[in-house]
Amino acid sequence: MNLKKNFKKIFFSTLVIILGFIHLIPIYISLTVSLKRKVDLSSRWFFPKEFYFENFSYALEKAELFLAMKNSFIVTSLCIVLITSLGAMAAYPLARNKTLTNRVVLNLILAVMMVPPLSILVPLLTIMTKVHGVNTYWGIILTLTTFNLPLSIFLYSNFIHTIPRELEEAAMIDGCSQFKTFFTVIFPLLKPITATVIILTGVGIWNDYQFSVYLLQSTKMKVVTLAISSFFSQSSSNLGAAAAAAIIAVLPVITLYLFLQRYFIAGMTSGSIK
Amino acid sequence: MYLKKLKTINYMYWPALFLFLGIVFYPFLHGIRISFTNWNGFSQNYSYIGFENYKRLFLDTNFYIAFKNTLIYGLGSTIFQQTLGMGYALLLNRDFSGRNFLRAIIYLPVLISGLIMGYMWYFIFQYSDGALNDILIFFNLDPRDWLGNPSYGVWIIVAVNTLQYCGVSMVIYLAGLQSISKSYYEAAMIDGATPLQQFKYITLPLLKPAIITSFTLNLIGGLKLFDTIKALTNGGPGYASNSLSTLINVSYFRSQMAGYASAMGLVLFIFIVCVTIIIQKKFTVKEGEL
Repeated sequence: MNLKKNFKKIFFSTLVIILGFIHLIPIYISLTVSLKRKVDLSSRWFFPKEFYFENFSYALEKAELFLAMKNSFIVTSLCIVLITSLGAMAAYPLARNKTLTNRVVLNLILAVMMVPPLSILVPLLTIMTKVHGVNTYWGIILTLTTFNLPLSIFLYSNFIHTIPRELEEAAMIDGCSQFKTFFTVIFPLLKPITATVIILTGVGIWNDYQFSVYLLQSTKMKVVTLAISSFFSQSSSNLGAAAAAAIIAVLPVITLYLFLQRYFIAGMTSGSIK
Repeated sequence: MYLKKLKTINYMYWPALFLFLGIVFYPFLHGIRISFTNWNGFSQNYSYIGFENYKRLFLDTNFYIAFKNTLIYGLGSTIFQQTLGMGYALLLNRDFSGRNFLRAIIYLPVLISGLIMGYMWYFIFQYSDGALNDILIFFNLDPRDWLGNPSYGVWIIVAVNTLQYCGVSMVIYLAGLQSISKSYYEAAMIDGATPLQQFKYITLPLLKPAIITSFTLNLIGGLKLFDTIKALTNGGPGYASNSLSTLINVSYFRSQMAGYASAMGLVLFIFIVCVTIIIQKKFTVKEGEL
């Protein structure tokens, strides 16, 4: 019996190590590549005898990763503010006031989730050029906000359904206006779902490439994904630096994930299961 | 009083609605107009050419390749992702040490940009000194040009996409598994059901809502795939691994056929809408069915 138990333990430990390694292969290989000199042609499966950190400083400087991270941070945080506030505000009447018009509006908004970004690329870029929204923060922020709003409206309106109406009625009898009722009664109750919205849309916006590559063409405006992609196409001869750039770019995400792991997974679950 | 006041709150969704009208619906309608022109994307003059762009689509072999690849990316990664995700969920629903670690590792790539993850895999599949060819050389085999070979490239993209996002399916299925009451399994064991029978008659039917959610999410994601392709093969060699998304990108920027790209965008859009509607109609769990 004891033998069987031990066998099981060893079996699962081996499985964890093998599967864990398979999933970490790309990050592991990028790490070994990033630590090697250009002339070091040893196999990528092994770390070099001596770590070469210059790739990292070179990548940070040449790919302008600090600038890119600053831009990504500005875009992501402002988008999150807009998505949570506009999303919650829009979800409230759509969840509470089920008239025919509102149901049509809600369905139209949810249909936007299906639109592939590339399918409206040409006209969107044409219009953005006309209103001078290309290469501006507001242009990319409004675009990314709009494309992420449906998810937030969907999550918020599902959640608002579960809040009893009596709470609002009581507030209104006490003389609150609709607007005040929303901000003093409903909005504070939405905290848990707000966390989900922030995580789901925040990750998507930080990682966005499709919209950014068209709407942010000037080098001053590049975000992290753009910085990495332009650095990769320039440095095909210096892959060590390219790997270092990729490692630096994923570092903030990995760090955040290690600390907030539970919330990320909980967010995904409540986001996908209604 | 409550109902009367409700009417006035509709203005709260106006800001969101304005954004949708300006950034999705107006461009969408404008795109329909562009798709009937021979516009090149920047000049002032262009003319309406009727259905020429659409006719051209049906004669364009690159379009057929891209359409076929889009289906492979969509269906291929969806099927592999469901299988792998379900396998991981069943495994990681058991109690053993290292379980939480493995869950975290599998889910991690979901949070990394598809573009950067694609570049990281590039170091493995690269021809001249990629990590995969290192292994082949070690065993005295000839190295292969994984990404430069049309028949490998498409499936490598499917594999990379599957490994990156199987964590999503895993999490959805884990949540589903945890909501199934243990008493079903206890009852089945008393009746002498084998583990396989338990899976088939208890787990699968009760997971149906989770399966539909995960399936739809994956399929739409796969059909829209762009970043991974861009990073790994950039649609090449030639046009061999393009999806509709990357082909639109090429037609617009490299070939300067904005009208044609717009027509392709509409076809992609209609295609995704049809697929979604079919899934919803076919597989929606009717209330009371469970």
